[in-house]
Amino acid sequence: MNKPADKRNRLQLMLCAGTGCVSNKSFKIREVLEKELLKHGLDKEITVVMTGCIGFCAVGPLMTVMPEGIFYHSLTEEVIPYLVQEHFLKGRPVEKFMFKPPDEKTVIPRISDIDFFSRQTLVVLKNRGLIDPEKIDEYIARGGYQALAKALTKMTPEGIIQEIKDSGLRGRGGGGFPTGLKWELCKKSPAETKYIICNADEGDPGAFMDRSIVEADPHSVLEGMLIGARAIGAIEGYIYIREEYPLARERLAIAIAQAKEYGLLGENIFGTDFNFQVHIKQGAGAFVCGEETSLIASIQGRPPEPNQRPPFPAQSGLWGFPTNINNVETWANVPSIIDRGAQWFSQIGTAKSKGTKVFSLVGKINNTGLVEVPMGITIREVVYDIGGGIPGNKKFKALQTGGPSGGCIPARLMDLTIDYENLTEAGSIMGSGGLIVMDEDTCVVDVAKYFVEFTSDESCGKCSSCRDGSIALLEILEKICSGSAQKKDLDLLKEISAAVKNASLCGLGQTLPNPVLSTLYYFKDEYEAHVLEKRCPAKVCKALLKYSIDEKKCVGCTMCVKSCPPAAISGEKKLAHKIDLSKCIKCGSCLEKCKFGAIRVE
Amino acid sequence: MNKISIEDLEKITQRVKKTTSLREGAGRAKITVHMGTCGISAGAREIMNTLLEEFEKKNIDDVILTSSGCAGLCSREPMATVEMKDQTPVKYADLNPEKIRRILTEHVLGGKIVTEYVLAQGNERIY
Repeated sequence: MNKPADKRNRLQLMLCAGTGCVSNKSFKIREVLEKELLKHGLDKEITVVMTGCIGFCAVGPLMTVMPEGIFYHSLTEEVIPYLVQEHFLKGRPVEKFMFKPPDEKTVIPRISDIDFFSRQTLVVLKNRGLIDPEKIDEYIARGGYQALAKALTKMTPEGIIQEIKDSGLRGRGGGGFPTGLKWELCKKSPAETKYIICNADEGDPGAFMDRSIVEADPHSVLEGMLIGARAIGAIEGYIYIREEYPLARERLAIAIAQAKEYGLLGENIFGTDFNFQVHIKQGAGAFVCGEETSLIASIQGRPPEPNQRPPFPAQSGLWGFPTNINNVETWANVPSIIDRGAQWFSQIGTAKSKGTKVFSLVGKINNTGLVEVPMGITIREVVYDIGGGIPGNKKFKALQTGGPSGGCIPARLMDLTIDYENLTEAGSIMGSGGLIVMDEDTCVVDVAKYFVEFTSDESCGKCSSCRDGSIALLEILEKICSGSAQKKDLDLLKEISAAVKNASLCGLGQTLPNPVLSTLYYFKDEYEAHVLEKRCPAKVCKALLKYSIDEKKCVGCTMCVKSCPPAAISGEKKLAHKIDLSKCIKCGSCLEKCKFGAIRVE
Repeated sequence: MNKISIEDLEKITQRVKKTTSLREGAGRAKITVHMGTCGISAGAREIMNTLLEEFEKKNIDDVILTSSGCAGLCSREPMATVEMKDQTPVKYADLNPEKIRRILTEHVLGGKIVTEYVLAQGNERIY
């Protein structure tokens, strides 16, 4: 796989090897592809290139045929022999493996014509799908390490920091703190030894931006760190990456080994006096490690618990030395800024939020995947133009941003432009970039419960406000979903939320009430329906549902009787049936089986 | 591998670009070898191989080489279509390695159509 592709090819088959496609057997597909190419004597003119995630995970495994740019999706090993014979031998692109948007009749052969791709702006992911992430030469051929060369030979450390400050780059991990300022604070801390850390402990449920960046282009992260280290005056760095990301870790290890071989890590880099070493630190996947001081504690071998700030890591961080932490996406932005200049970067985005943002788009959406868009794009554009809308033409209800620390933005704010300020103002946060789309069948109380359950599990337990407060919130939410809550419980939710926010030490506790507060604010009527009317409008909370049979519609076919596990349905053939509610377990099998729409759920 | 210098970045780029330029999806010309069953049995494979060899020899990295199905006139295979940027496609018929080499030198690289081998000129939609 690592043999240099130095022969000119006729075609290159860019096969996606991101985690999503790999779990759908893209390595097996490569095996069959190579076998078939060999069989037809095409192996010398056509090469298979394994790339990082190209983003359209909903329809993986994906393959783009270059130079024509023909995009195939949902491939299986069974169809490869046919595809090789038709397209690669006889030159007839195969329509049935091309992308066809839902509700449309004709396929879109080329990747560049598909809305999902053509509407994106790639800065961080500019190499995705175009390079083999395990070959440093291919990164270099796309302009890689030129920014480092520029930073080392043509810029002063102060100049680098000024450039990052001028670019307006802000932390992509959640808080949105200005990156250049953060570097400057660490640089100005008086100490001989300084560290930099790359936070790759992506922990939000449903988020996979950082994993995909590392998998698709690990050298962009290393180059960003090298430039940052030079600016700050650090000679050692750590990449803290979670245990659950084996592929990303492996590619990072390969990238580090190759960079060392070329002398891009080590001593006297590019013949200058700059030295830098980087280590991979494997985390155990604790959500709290996304918090800087917890992460530092974890690297030092201590339990991951946050510390009081100040002192900030920029003053006293890893082993007590000044430390600068940025997340994967922030680091990966740095080479492009140095290479193309702060002015170029600051043209993208809005007044206070510059550049692009990588989002993982999941939930009730047609085009699940990884997207990079300019700051200032509207929610509508993301959900409908790039995301392809909601499956089954259901109604868009809300967008959850920022993971467990974020909130829900209702559909009526669909034309809100996405940047740090607007999301915060709407009661949510940018966070690291998880976007969860919810349709009319989603119950917001259930969603809030899910997130609080998550943060309650992940709370390190140091502060009682977070440890016990999350449990208290969870208990009330469970009461609401089961129909035993009273009106005063809604006030109690707000009261406890305020206490948890105020009294918790770190970001985890300070933000964990956000999913509750934002849904309570935008969907108060839905909470009240649960509490006052004992009704779940989205028909999700089982305890509140009542099944019954419409006597006018029921033809007495007995299908529901046969499918009912607790035998709660009775009735003679050809006569209307009845459900005994005391026996009904609300499993929904009768609803599924009935062909006449006679089962009512309220 | 020794440590690399800043100048080496450019050398690596030049070496790797030879193969990766294909992924940019743009070239000054595109040659399509028609490789339906008829084309293959008439020797289209050899035409393709000749082109690949010539590309390697002449260090050509900005011409897209692709295959397509039968062009419809099976008796005149092997055939190839040359599309220069912003010009109408030119179809050549009854090819052999020698003829395709001439077409490559004179038409693709030189810009002058080899009229005696031309079958037709005109637009054709090619994926």
